[in-house]
Amino acid sequence: MANTTETSLKGAGFLIEEVTPGQVFTPEDFTEEHVMIAKTTEEFVVNEVVPEIEKIEDHQFDISRRLLEQAGELGLLGADVPEKYDGLGLDKISSTLITEKFARGGSFSLSHGAHVGIGSLPIIFFGNEAQKKQYLPDLASGAKIAAYALTEPSSGSDALGAKTKAVLNDEGTHYILNGEKQWITNSAFADVFVVYAQVDGDKFTAFIVDADCEGVSTGPEEKKMGIKGSSTRTLLLEDAKVPKENLLGDVGRGHVIAFNILNVGRYKLGVGAVGASKRGIQLAAAYANERKQFKTPIAKFTAIQEKLGSMAAETYALESTIYRTGGLFEEQLGKLTDEEQEDGTKVANAIAEYAIECSLNKFYGSETLDFVADEAVQIHGGYGFMAEYEVERMYRDSRINRIFEGTNEVNRMLVPGTIMKKAMKGELPLLEQAQGLQEELMMMMPEEPGDEPLEQEKYLLQHMKKIFLMVAGNGAQKYGQALEKEQELLMNVADIVSDIYNMESTILRTEKAMQKNGADAEHMKLLLTQVVCQEAVNRIESHAKESLVHMEEGDNLRTMLSILRKLTRHTPIKLIDKKREVAERILQAEAYAV
Amino acid sequence: MNIYVVMKRTFDTEEKIEINNGVIDEEGAEFIINPYDEYAIEEAIVLRDEHGGEVTVVTVGDEEAEKELRTALAMGADQGVLIDVEDLDEEPDHFTIAELLAAYFKDKEYDLILGGNVAVDDGAGQVAPRLAEKLGINQVTTITDIKINGTSATIERDDEGDVETVEAQLPLVATAQQGLNEPRYPSLPGIMKAKKKPLETIDLDDLDLDEEDVAAKTRTVDRYLPPEKEAGRMIEGGPETQVDELVGLLKNEAKVL
Repeated sequence: MANTTETSLKGAGFLIEEVTPGQVFTPEDFTEEHVMIAKTTEEFVVNEVVPEIEKIEDHQFDISRRLLEQAGELGLLGADVPEKYDGLGLDKISSTLITEKFARGGSFSLSHGAHVGIGSLPIIFFGNEAQKKQYLPDLASGAKIAAYALTEPSSGSDALGAKTKAVLNDEGTHYILNGEKQWITNSAFADVFVVYAQVDGDKFTAFIVDADCEGVSTGPEEKKMGIKGSSTRTLLLEDAKVPKENLLGDVGRGHVIAFNILNVGRYKLGVGAVGASKRGIQLAAAYANERKQFKTPIAKFTAIQEKLGSMAAETYALESTIYRTGGLFEEQLGKLTDEEQEDGTKVANAIAEYAIECSLNKFYGSETLDFVADEAVQIHGGYGFMAEYEVERMYRDSRINRIFEGTNEVNRMLVPGTIMKKAMKGELPLLEQAQGLQEELMMMMPEEPGDEPLEQEKYLLQHMKKIFLMVAGNGAQKYGQALEKEQELLMNVADIVSDIYNMESTILRTEKAMQKNGADAEHMKLLLTQVVCQEAVNRIESHAKESLVHMEEGDNLRTMLSILRKLTRHTPIKLIDKKREVAERILQAEAYAV
Repeated sequence: MNIYVVMKRTFDTEEKIEINNGVIDEEGAEFIINPYDEYAIEEAIVLRDEHGGEVTVVTVGDEEAEKELRTALAMGADQGVLIDVEDLDEEPDHFTIAELLAAYFKDKEYDLILGGNVAVDDGAGQVAPRLAEKLGINQVTTITDIKINGTSATIERDDEGDVETVEAQLPLVATAQQGLNEPRYPSLPGIMKAKKKPLETIDLDDLDLDEEDVAAKTRTVDRYLPPEKEAGRMIEGGPETQVDELVGLLKNEAKVL
């Protein structure tokens, strides 16, 4: 096959081609600097932020502000800001690690994330030279704090339907903004807002709005279910006078900025979920060891072990996919010249290549964290319901992740939608692959994979990719453009794609680690990969079956179901035993130790 | 000012520690700069920033200790030196370490050598005093404050809770006690700069030493964790019965009265 490596490293390319361990970045590839950056971040969060969490939850925003400045002094706000503007211009793995470690800080991680992510990135990527010079040094140091204002009372998922208006004044010096932006993180203390408004009624456009600008104010703090320590208010724009120099990008091109920022936002949300899930496992394991019932530590009960085994396996899948995606960003950015690297638009485009992976990271990450937080509370029993226990807050804080940065439903539907668009544009040879697939599958004889480590998992992975092609291809053929109305099908396809990404990322990571350290040293990773893959195959089979039954009938359906049976035929592994073994290690370390 | 810090890589005693057959399981352990040495590094950096000069951090250990040296460089030290003892047949003891350090310092010019008061792993506190003796220079232990005035130092030291003020001539060995300062985090710019700072590795040959010159004087026979704390016992009944029972237990069972 021509251009194998080219396709496999493209967005969603993994669905079409085989990827090798050497092509993926894994946490085992961290450099010494990565480890040190992670450690500094962790020490800062544990020693400086965690003791203040209660006060932060109580809306003492002067503490949040001070901690952000302290973080700035350590360089923890400047990872994504180029050196030219007093940032550090670090690689994406470093900034990923920082985000992961901040998760321990609860609501404060939202303040940090909103500032360095959706707040600062629009200027980093799309600001002009003067704007970058004016804002970035202060944003990197924490002298100024940023916020992002997209959502409105009547436009959430339909972000481009915003009603906020911007009109150039008669003198031609200022845009006059009127409208309300809702649920703005950091709004109590932000100095700079990136605001989207319609110029002349229908040209969706981004602006940099200073908080002290005439006509800009904020409403009262919202009362929320979780992340209570992050400031969330309405941004009120009443004849706000914004200098025309603060136009960000071009008039009518705001959607380009919004969508690019969402890509990174989604990825970073998944990253935060890695950190929080690891913490959930730590708390649950420590509690299970300590808590005795019937004169036995509850850790000895296999029902508890099953929970910890599942929590660890899902977190392993999430961590493997997240760092793989981060590695893909780096791969794309590495292709840029130094000059291009300084051009934020080029950087944003490199990331946009992986919009599908970002959506997968977002919905799988938020659902993994919700699952882990829920089980962590369950393991704590009644105590988990009490506010003195960290898991109680974790459970409340987790829930929003499935909603913001695009609901998980919107993100699921984006996955097949974007895949189809890429196929139509010829960026992904999907249609070529789908052709003749049915014939090939009818002829296919199931084999018995060998029993080398990962052999069955790799064999099944290839089949799962074929199932994806069969289901997605059939949907496209049957419904054409009307496929977008079959939302349940789209979501099923997204789940199949997500499970494939999980399977492949864990297989490749484990294979890479075993090549490096030997199979004995990486037994835990092997166990986790086996669990991830078995559960993924079970789910894919069920999603595929439901989809086929929805689309087809009669002989056609029977034929397809028999192909599905062939593709999923295998001897299942002993999930219960494997999870017990995983749990034993987790309980011994009282941490996510892989 | 030429400031040196003698530093030890230790396992983190606040993390879970496992001992198998008298040996600490390094697989599961987290490694850190000995926290008392961290005070020494911080103080060295502060003094250098005030008086000029260079901070060199020296450690005796294996290749793994480069990580802790790199951390010290990221905090702001100027250079790192690893005296590599990976090839030693016998396990080194405090004598070994002090001999190696003394040999290293033989041809160096130093104004101040700082170290931790003790290492949290074995709590011996031997190396720095031995080094000072061997070099024949002044030493002050458990310091909580130090001011340099020309060729002398005014030092406050922790005297079992009291404060003692001492003046001493440089060159000097001083060991850090908790309270000396609040060590900084290695900042991200510091971490990136540390990559480019010099980190030298030397071995016994470079120090003109043979293995028998530094052969350990002591041998650790066993290591074990303290016994697990047993569950407490509740004493029932009215105040008088409880007191009687408690006194009885303290006399007969715990034998402390």
